[in-house]
Amino acid sequence: MLIFLHNWPYSKLMTAMIYDGTYQGWLTAIFDSYEYKMNDVCFLKGETAAIPLFATAHYVVTDEVKARRVIKGLKLRLSAEGLNNLYKVYLSEEEKSEEMMCRFVRYVFTSKENIEQNFSNSAVWDVKKLAKKVKREAHRMEAFVRFKLTKDNLFYAIIEPDHNVLPLVAGHFKGRYADQRWLIYDAKRKYGIYYDLETLSTVELEFRLGPASAKGITEICDEREAFFQELWRKYFSSVNIKARNNMRLHIQHMPKRYWKYLPEKMPEI
Amino acid sequence: MVNSRVIEKLEILADAAKYDVSCSSSGSKRNNKDKGLGDTKGYGICHAFTEDGRCVSLLKILLTNHCIFDCAYCVSRKSNNVKRAAFTVEEVVDVTINFYRRNYIEGLFLSSGIFDSPDYTMERLVRIAKKLRIDHNFNGYIHLKAIPGASDELMKEAGLYADRLSVNVEMPTEKSLKLLAPEKKHIDVIKPMEYLKKEIIGYREEKALNRKAPAFAPAGQSTQMVIGATKETDMEILGMADYFYQQMNMKRVYYSGYVPISNDGRLPMIGTPVPIIRENRLYQADWLIRFYGFRVNEIVGFDQPDLDLDIDPKLGWALRNLDQFPVDINTATLEMIKRIPGIGHQNAKKIVAARKFNRLLPEHLQKMGIAYNRAKYFLAVPHPFSIQKDFTSIQIKQQILSLQHSKYNADFSSQLALF
Repeated sequence: MLIFLHNWPYSKLMTAMIYDGTYQGWLTAIFDSYEYKMNDVCFLKGETAAIPLFATAHYVVTDEVKARRVIKGLKLRLSAEGLNNLYKVYLSEEEKSEEMMCRFVRYVFTSKENIEQNFSNSAVWDVKKLAKKVKREAHRMEAFVRFKLTKDNLFYAIIEPDHNVLPLVAGHFKGRYADQRWLIYDAKRKYGIYYDLETLSTVELEFRLGPASAKGITEICDEREAFFQELWRKYFSSVNIKARNNMRLHIQHMPKRYWKYLPEKMPEI
Repeated sequence: MVNSRVIEKLEILADAAKYDVSCSSSGSKRNNKDKGLGDTKGYGICHAFTEDGRCVSLLKILLTNHCIFDCAYCVSRKSNNVKRAAFTVEEVVDVTINFYRRNYIEGLFLSSGIFDSPDYTMERLVRIAKKLRIDHNFNGYIHLKAIPGASDELMKEAGLYADRLSVNVEMPTEKSLKLLAPEKKHIDVIKPMEYLKKEIIGYREEKALNRKAPAFAPAGQSTQMVIGATKETDMEILGMADYFYQQMNMKRVYYSGYVPISNDGRLPMIGTPVPIIRENRLYQADWLIRFYGFRVNEIVGFDQPDLDLDIDPKLGWALRNLDQFPVDINTATLEMIKRIPGIGHQNAKKIVAARKFNRLLPEHLQKMGIAYNRAKYFLAVPHPFSIQKDFTSIQIKQQILSLQHSKYNADFSSQLALF
């Protein structure tokens, strides 16, 4: 507040960019901020967002053409990986990540050469670091997804990742399980990705299959599902070498927040 | 298939296989073929981690733990009174496929006790791999144990289905092998390694000319040594490892800290702690040799045949070579930056990339996630106002040790040096 008064009346007002929460929407917001020369911006999702007291609101209308133009400009100055990192930061859904992305994009556009390896610059490093965090969780999901087979031959899995990594891993599962129908459902964000042996599609549904119960398994699952889960649990405990126990390392690699959907970490049903 | 019997078999045969530490599923790229099952990514995936902190990437089992040999260090030795079991070919295939489909594993690591003859055993292993690849169009990762003494034809077939093959040398020296496994000789494992090396190189050359040529063990071969069962020094162990890397083109050498499993007087008693720290130091040294450009004789030598347990081998090298420091990260070569304690391979590359934009200061390094408290003793600092103290190597070691909190601290007691 003090800073604001101090700067008054010379400072330009901050603009709150209110966008629909999509990546394209955010890119459109960036386009608009350049077009209307808004230098000091913050980002808010959804129409009901509370606008900060000293900001003016700008309602972003998501526009594919504008979004594409921003991407095109970024492509000229960034490697494919650099551009991808930006998308990963978007998927992080962490607080202030949009502002972080914006600082990065502005830096990208102010320089002629590719700056993505200027790691001593915090706009670059912050994006790199958060993108890495998202990538790590995506890799963890490639590891920790556990499918269950239903009676009608659908392999389904539930996840609750910290970041919205499902779009990052769908391609991996499509390539790997090309001959089985599968559904991976993000219980936190209430949507899933479904593969029908041909294509991927996003499905939004209330998935009511909570953590496994003995009754649930016999009702909806394939007759051998319980057996393979049991077998996997037994395998998991048999390969442990007790003389080398190291729970700290175990938990570091397999954080407790993921245990809920891992049959090997669940007590026997 | 009777479920309860399969569960029991899996418990026996996974338990018997767990002392083989290799669990890598990387180094092979196998695309999904004709919309079949699975693919293999070059980077490998660890699907779970057991309570001992080790990764579970593959279904690692023995086909059987019946064995005609009586190697003292092995839990499946003939004279050991353990439950025995054997899987059928169909059972292994069924469990592999069903675990894989549920995303429990990256693939199969199949080994076996030697029953009947090497050829008889190897033929079963190959049959399982073949069934997975041909009948089930399975493109996941397969690691097969190459059984010493098996025919060249079977070895060759194995290489065409498997991503990786391995022959375990088990004991770092011939002397130890003679002591603990009198029926075996080092030459028995060197021969198949040489054969595999020849085939791997041959097929790779062919593939370079013709992309459609079949791949032979595309993830290469690996081996394992048991550490701490016998009296070898780290110099002997690392020397042997270096021989495998140089002469056999090994992808990996694994070090398996001996877990006491026997009352045999030739071996450490049951209850002796597993040499976990020593094993860890050996892996660190192995990494220095493979990725950091160190030579074995820079890490261990006749004056110091064993690695320090209380500090890592890179710090140990730096402290013995303080004349090479301080290093100015703004001008030094990548190779030299990699040698600074606290700066890893990846961070060294980042430093070299970032310094093109502007001069790097300590605060930049701290932000970039470098272990600055460790590295600072070895850096030439560009700050005009900071005072670089000249510490001795002992002072540096003490200061760094005071910063780390290892749960193994008690094991580093200097008393150890007396024995």
